[in-house]
Amino acid sequence: MSNFNRRQFIKTSSAIAAAGAVPFPMLNIRTAGAQANTVKVGILHSLTGTIAIAEKSVVDAEQLAIEEINKAGGVMGQKIEAVVEDGASDWPTFAEKARKLIEKDKVASVFGCYTSASRKAVLPVFEKSKGLLYYPTYYEGLEQSPNIMYTAQEASQSVIAAMEWLMKNKGKTFYMIGSDYIWPRTTIKIAKAVLAKGGGKLVGEDYYPLGHIEFSSVINKIKGAKPDVILNCVVGGSNVAFFKQLTAAGITGKNQTLLSLAVSEEEVSGIGADNTADTLTCMGYFQSLKNGANDKFVKAFKAKYGAGRVVGDTLECGYIGVYLWKMAAEKAKSFDVEKVVAASSNLEIDAPEGKVKFHASNHHLWKHARIGTFQADGQVNMIYESPLIEPNPFPKL
Amino acid sequence: MSETVSVPVASGASSRRGNWWGVASFGLLAALMLVVFPLAMDVFRLGLAAKYLCLGFCAVGIVLIWGYGGILSLGQGVFFGLGSYMMAMFLKLEAAANADSSSGTALSAFFGQEGLPDFMSWNSVEKLPWWWEPFHHVWFTVAAILVIPPLLAFVLSYANFRKRVGGVYFSIVTLALSAIMAIVIIGQQGYTGGVNGITDFKTFLGHDLDNDRSKVTMYMITAGLLLLCVAIGAFILRSRLGRVLVAIRDREDRVRFSGYDPALFKAFIFAVAALFSSIGGAMFTIQVGLASPSLVGIVPSVEMVIYAAVGGRLSLVGAVYGALIVGWAKTFFSENFVEYWPYFIGLLFVVVVMFLPTGLAGLLDRLRGRAAGGGA
Repeated sequence: MSNFNRRQFIKTSSAIAAAGAVPFPMLNIRTAGAQANTVKVGILHSLTGTIAIAEKSVVDAEQLAIEEINKAGGVMGQKIEAVVEDGASDWPTFAEKARKLIEKDKVASVFGCYTSASRKAVLPVFEKSKGLLYYPTYYEGLEQSPNIMYTAQEASQSVIAAMEWLMKNKGKTFYMIGSDYIWPRTTIKIAKAVLAKGGGKLVGEDYYPLGHIEFSSVINKIKGAKPDVILNCVVGGSNVAFFKQLTAAGITGKNQTLLSLAVSEEEVSGIGADNTADTLTCMGYFQSLKNGANDKFVKAFKAKYGAGRVVGDTLECGYIGVYLWKMAAEKAKSFDVEKVVAASSNLEIDAPEGKVKFHASNHHLWKHARIGTFQADGQVNMIYESPLIEPNPFPKL
Repeated sequence: MSETVSVPVASGASSRRGNWWGVASFGLLAALMLVVFPLAMDVFRLGLAAKYLCLGFCAVGIVLIWGYGGILSLGQGVFFGLGSYMMAMFLKLEAAANADSSSGTALSAFFGQEGLPDFMSWNSVEKLPWWWEPFHHVWFTVAAILVIPPLLAFVLSYANFRKRVGGVYFSIVTLALSAIMAIVIIGQQGYTGGVNGITDFKTFLGHDLDNDRSKVTMYMITAGLLLLCVAIGAFILRSRLGRVLVAIRDREDRVRFSGYDPALFKAFIFAVAALFSSIGGAMFTIQVGLASPSLVGIVPSVEMVIYAAVGGRLSLVGAVYGALIVGWAKTFFSENFVEYWPYFIGLLFVVVVMFLPTGLAGLLDRLRGRAAGGGA
């Protein structure tokens, strides 16, 4: 065609060159096949997308653990080589990357996932391809996969202890509020059963979509209902709006008991410590815990990533996941998934959250539930610590 | 549409050469998809290719409606999602009926219900909703996937086109539709699985979905169906219907004055695109193993338009390449540049839009035109 002049030719040929720079995926830059003396593991979290902000720091904690283990000689003399993949806050991508880690990279274990949705997306992949996943987030329970080890608390391990403590110390009328998805709904379901058993009274129950930022109507309802306790199961960014609007309406930790089940030190840095001051939180781990393992962990984390960084429950659970896998592999003298899982039974670790151990059969950890008050600096002052609680992902109510 | 790129539809003197070229490029694509890919790739990569091809169904539909109908739809995710969810309902019911794992029984001990999809149990839905019931049957499911989305697309778009809502305004309507669809699915989690979507299928009519053989089989079926869709699209464009469509795109008022009802034609082609998307969605769910609201919202819907734009919005075959290239680029960059890969994808889109406004197919056409011109 006549209108195809030299200039256009340069344009198009540079475009071809750019298109040619999109190489074929089979020519992988990374050299496949591990060196003789390394063992590959996968790290699968969202590094991009909406949940990346929460998940990136879990990756930091897991990489810290891997670095420490490698410095100390590795696992059975083999250095750990981490293959990091991005789940991109997108559940089908999580499934794709999980399959890639297991089938292409042939990793011995994967540390990853944050939301339940991502775990639900990869679960069939891990079960069918015989992979092993260490899952670091507190979650709703109701699951027990032979190919997943759960290193955080399932719902009953925090909410039952929290409810019993609240009813004993703070009063018996409750207003419960949560984000509208499975974790808050399950948690509140268990909370209501505990409440009924203890003779308490529910004066209100509300759910809002994830990301909801308008809480004035529920705050009015709370003001009218005058509950002894607000049980807050709101998750993620919504908490910023919820706490700010509570403060603006004159409801603060000083004049109202409010216990959050999904707000750790990390979330507080987003919400603003002055908005959460004097409210309660229930977690398995606080950065302020005083013990040797925690001092070492917090110090190492800050040394590697900066003094301003905050450590929360999920980070710690990601960190101990790597160690639990190492210990199980060494006990089994093998990286074989079935053997590692079998060796995990009753495996005990001296973690930053204290001594915890895997249940004999259900893949969850025995844990302490801890209740604390948020301070003006965003750290937590612990006021109650439960004995080790047996994990029970399918509680009978 | 505001832009009036005058685009030749194979006509007059060049039509024979256009014919030959069309058949050749279709044959090349078929050979690539049915022979080269299965031979060159291991099962894992083939599975990924299948995933990209499923999105290719939407891209082929978008070429029909956008490239030739002048209707820019930012809501193809809605129809993709409908197909995907209907297939997921069937697979989930089959999985729930055969649930014998220990966790399954523990779940029903916790909630006291059996045979229900797991997510219904934990959302306190006691009884299977009536509109889930028919999805116990595979033939109903297949029929629903083939009929419901196009029907819905036809009714919705006809209502709009009759009122002469077109161009950007129709794009906004489709955009709103995809947002609504995602919100409804997330909100009605007791019936739809919410944010988690519907996951954890075991079998399809008793066949294990996860062994190598069934994966290769499913890939071949997907590739075959996609080629069929491309062929149907080409057939429509070659028919008089296709001519009318292009005429409507370029001068809707003239076509109307000539006594045609443009709304009917536009709604028809919109329904065809919805049908393709729905098939793609159903195949996606079988192979990727989940239905998720993250595939029906605005972002994936816009992405589907990008596939078509990269491939060339006037080329049905190009749309398939577009889906494959963007899919592969995403996988490749995210595997190798874990934290920075979205920048590369962004760059790819910018390059395409700046230098290749008619996509890869347009580039080929220009080169071909030049070669032919040189030879003459």
